[in-house]
Formats: sequence, C-alpha cells, structure tokens
Amino acid sequence: MSAIEAQEKGLHHVHSSKKEIWKIFIVLLAITVLEFLIALTPAIRGAMSYTQVAAVFLFLTVLKAYYIVAYFMHLKHERINMAYTILIPLMFIIYLIALLMIEGHS
Amino acid sequence: MSQATVKINHTSNWSGGKVPLGASYGKLMMWFFLLSDAFTFSSLLIAYGFFRATAEPGWVNPEEVFQGIPFILEHGAPLVFVGIMTFILIFSSVTMVLAVEAGHRMDKANVIKYMILTIIGGAAFLGCQALEWSHLIHEGLSMSVNPFLVPGTEITGSTKFGQLFFTITGFHGFHVLSGVVINILILEMAMRGVFERRGHYETIEKAGLYWHFVDLVWVFVFTLFYLI
Repeated sequence: MSAIEAQEKGLHHVHSSKKEIWKIFIVLLAITVLEFLIALTPAIRGAMSYTQVAAVFLFLTVLKAYYIVAYFMHLKHERINMAYTILIPLMFIIYLIALLMIEGHS
Repeated sequence: MSQATVKINHTSNWSGGKVPLGASYGKLMMWFFLLSDAFTFSSLLIAYGFFRATAEPGWVNPEEVFQGIPFILEHGAPLVFVGIMTFILIFSSVTMVLAVEAGHRMDKANVIKYMILTIIGGAAFLGCQALEWSHLIHEGLSMSVNPFLVPGTEITGSTKFGQLFFTITGFHGFHVLSGVVINILILEMAMRGVFERRGHYETIEKAGLYWHFVDLVWVFVFTLFYLI
C-alpha cells in the first residue's frame, strides 16, 4: 500500500515530531529520578506511612505508563474508537485487583 | 479502491466505506495481542501482590536485596543497578520511536541507525538482567530458598519472593529477548530495502508497539518489586 492509498483509506496519522519524543523522554526520566529520590531519602520516606509511599509510587508508575502508551505507542493520536477498544477491556484488571483485595480481606 | 470513488455521505465511521478504527489489520492485531499480554502480566503481578500481602513470615526489604552493582560493588548501593537497567530500557524505547519517526519520512539510513541502537539497548538490558540473576543466585536465592531476612527480625523471608521474582522478571526478560530477535529480523529487512519497495515502514511501527509494551511492563515490575 502506498502512502497515498493509506491516506485514502483513512490510515493517515499525525506523526510525533522529534521534539515531542525528546520531551517525553525528559518527562519519563524526571519521574524515574523522582521515584529514586523518594525511595532513597529516609526523610521523605519517614514522613509518610507505608501505604502512602506505595500510593505515591503507584501514581507515578501509572503516570509513566500514560506517557508511554499515549505518546510512544501513539494511542493519543489514534482514532478515539481505537483507543476505547484497547483501554476499556483493561477494566477487567481493576476488577481482578478489587476481587483479590476483597478475598484477601485487605 | 474502485468502490472508494463512489461518493456516499457517511456520517459515522461505522457506516461503511472507511476503516472504522483507523488502523491497518496488522497494527490492530498487534494491539490486541498486547492487550492479551497485558492481562497475562497483570495476572502475574496481581498474584504477586496477593502473595506478598499474605506472606508468612513476612517479606524482604528490597533495598537490602538489590544493593549490589556487578563488578563494582557487592553491597551498599541500593537500587543503583536497577536504575541503570531502567534507564537503558527507557532509552532504547526512545531510539525505537526515533526509528518509527524516520520510517515515516522514508529515511532508510536513520531507520537502520536507530534500530541498531534499539537492539544494543535491548541486549544491554538482557546482559544486566543476567548479571543480576547470577548475583542473586550466588547469594542463595532460588525457587525454594530465600536467604534474605525479614526487616527487624532474625528469620528469613517467605520463599514466595524467589518464586515470584524469577517467574515475573524471567517472563519479562523472555519478552525482551523476543523483542531483540524481532528487531534484528526487521533491521535485516530494512537493510535489504524490503520496506522501501513496499512503500511504507509500518512493520517498524508494529515492532515498536511491542517494544514499548515491554518497556511499559518493566515500569510496573520496577515499581512493584524494587521500590515498594
């Protein structure tokens, strides 16, 4: 399929520029550095309970996952139908977590 | 493409004549495969969380387990080595997007350059993981033995630590290995000019999706095993 044919079929996408790629890299790197700072500084860790630290780490992880999926895997620039097709089934993962938390009485 | 010239007033993506999801067959199937793979990894990681929360007699302190840098330090540098591994994998993800971006511009030389960098990154990550595994095995960690103590006590932690650690990082490492093999095959195709004759570099994009997914899983493994 040539590029023109692809365009006619509606397969043309907005492509990420080099500038955007490096910007996202800086963001991912910054989040990772922040995670290390929290993990290795006793002062920050001591100020929070174990659950709070875990919640902060999980939030930062999901944030990193968002940047990878949205920009590196390009899902943000895909059609919205496509994004929903991929993202909505992930609810089952949340369902499994909820079920196991109830089963584990935590 | 003869039907496409017939002008019909379509309002919805689903009323025919268009590719409804705006993605080619191959790309869509790669996404569905990754979705199924996401379920597999989530099952493993959620099982890890479940066993860790209910482990007897308690869990180990990750900062104590992961504190060596191969060839440099045996002890005293918590999380530094895994930080290097994380950096390598994120960086190889960046070179992969740069290869995809060069593919859109039909820039064969840059595709080859960035694919080679991505392969080097993947291989480096695998090497680091091999070093870490052999380090932990030498410390005595295995599927049935956990030599590390529960913080604040004199008892060794749950043996589930080794089982879950080797299973999950092993499964992830095998994905990295497959990714490196796929990238090498695609690099060879790009060098032969297959994609240039085909008129597009979409195969690079599909391999890229897989490669970013591997990076994505590592982000979660890193947090759940090393940080928390």
